[in-house]
Amino acid sequence: MTRSSFRILFTLLAVLVLGGFVAACGEEEESSSDSPTPAAQTTAPEKSGDIPADEKTANKIQAVDGASSVSLSVGSKNFTEQYILGEIYVQALEAAGYNVKKDLDLGPERVADAALRKGVVDAYPEYTGTALTSAFGVKVAEVPKDPMQAYEDAKAGYAKVGITALAPTPFENTYRLGITKATAEKLGNPTKISDLADKADTLTINGFPACRQRIDCLLGVQQTYGFKFKKFLPGEQKYQVLDNGDADVTFVFTTDGPLSSGKYVVLEDDKNVFPPYNITFAVRDEAAKKLGPEGQKVVTDVQKYMTAEIMQELNARVDLDKQKREVVAADYLKQFGFTS
Amino acid sequence: MITPIGSIFSTFSDSVGFIFERRPSDAGTVQVGGLAEMGHLAGNHFAVSFLAIVVSIAISVPIGLWLGHLGRAEMLAVGVANVGRAVPALAIIGFCVAFLGTGFRNIAFALTLLAIPPILTNTYVGMRQVDPELVDAARGQGLSGFQIVRQVEWPLALPTIFGGIRISVVTVLATAIISPIAGLDSLGTPIFSEEIYGTEGVIAAAIAVAFLTLMTDAGFALVQRLVTPKGLKIAARANRRPRRLRPLSIRRVQHP
Repeated sequence: MTRSSFRILFTLLAVLVLGGFVAACGEEEESSSDSPTPAAQTTAPEKSGDIPADEKTANKIQAVDGASSVSLSVGSKNFTEQYILGEIYVQALEAAGYNVKKDLDLGPERVADAALRKGVVDAYPEYTGTALTSAFGVKVAEVPKDPMQAYEDAKAGYAKVGITALAPTPFENTYRLGITKATAEKLGNPTKISDLADKADTLTINGFPACRQRIDCLLGVQQTYGFKFKKFLPGEQKYQVLDNGDADVTFVFTTDGPLSSGKYVVLEDDKNVFPPYNITFAVRDEAAKKLGPEGQKVVTDVQKYMTAEIMQELNARVDLDKQKREVVAADYLKQFGFTS
Repeated sequence: MITPIGSIFSTFSDSVGFIFERRPSDAGTVQVGGLAEMGHLAGNHFAVSFLAIVVSIAISVPIGLWLGHLGRAEMLAVGVANVGRAVPALAIIGFCVAFLGTGFRNIAFALTLLAIPPILTNTYVGMRQVDPELVDAARGQGLSGFQIVRQVEWPLALPTIFGGIRISVVTVLATAIISPIAGLDSLGTPIFSEEIYGTEGVIAAAIAVAFLTLMTDAGFALVQRLVTPKGLKIAARANRRPRRLRPLSIRRVQHP
């Protein structure tokens, strides 16, 4: 009994081990060739948003009267773009003379929202779409597709709970479909999602796990555009899976750092599936009063140059080039003349 | 009035219902739950976990037997294994995306690395705790090294080895819920998509993982029974304390 069972077990195991090794070796060869890291390709296009010298001078943040007697705290949620935005607001308000307590990295939106409502922080940047769906319980399908309308709705929602929502940023960080340049060429250079209609059934699409059934993600795309992708690959490694060919299409955020590498094509949402996600600086009413119109203007002024391209670049510098967010934020302010 | 315990109970029974009945999602846009979907997710979950466990047994048991028999490289068997335990599976998955891509292979690989340490350590320790006098006796009877491993040390180390395997079973099945972040749907999918599946879906997935773990554990317990030599089973039964003690008075009469 002992002998024979021992022998059977071991033969079985030996076969499995060998099989496993052979399979593993085979896999490595096929994928090693084609993925230079996005970081290596990101040149630092810091000059891309240069503006005339006199515009810079006009932008310079002036000290606000009585600002030194005002103190407030500024928070952020817990990911790169939010850290950078938080830093920019903090540094700009400090340049205007306010005493700012930096309280970044509050947590995900529910935590940040609770912190703001309870007065743990006086302000943090929130996306209009997120504020509506997460804080005010609006169904995703019912979020207005017009960015300004979405902002007005969010502002009204915030006003009811004693929070002022300042004017939104030019950029929005929303979902789009992304493909590699090589895939784009193969598919006849699509520019918008509708262009994928007749090829979708041959394409694998990647997204975070819940994306498949979300109305603002794959489910909504397939319903609105009226076609189905071949397969959904759940996962968080969107650019790696595009690079190694596990997926042909992926859901990107429009301000993702890797998009600034020029390796990817972002498809236009020509049927407006995705809700708008512009940033609004949400600040408690009493803090907004303390800031006054001048202080609020400092906040909305520094947002002027925040286009999707600029935000991609700032995110890339932190995420891919591993620069410090304080430095990246300070560079942004300097580049456009807000500080010197 | 719903007491806290009552509400916990009703959430629990709702969650069990989620496994068997399809229902609209929280946002009302899709249908979720039901045996077909949960069965599919559980199937993936089990397949990737089981492969990882079998491969890790295949790798670590022979190494553990060999090192344990020689009594060498304790640092290697225990130390390396403990380092392995400290590396999070999530890090391995992220690291391997570049080599293995996402999906089944990547997850299976990460879970295999996770499963090796307990089995390797337990095999080594199981071999070392075999009574040296027995090994000496076997050697005195002229058994070769391989024969000693096969006929003396291995059977005696079996309970400890299976202890390690069963620790790995629990760890791997519990960790496999992270698979949807790297290309494989599993019982982790409802857990990572609470906004779709709702609280009931999350708890239902957790219940399913627990059930799957108990079943797999029971399966390995059965394998352990099958590969344990009859002699050891008889010895174990003889050593076991009697279930029911006799009343004190009777014992006193019998053993004055």
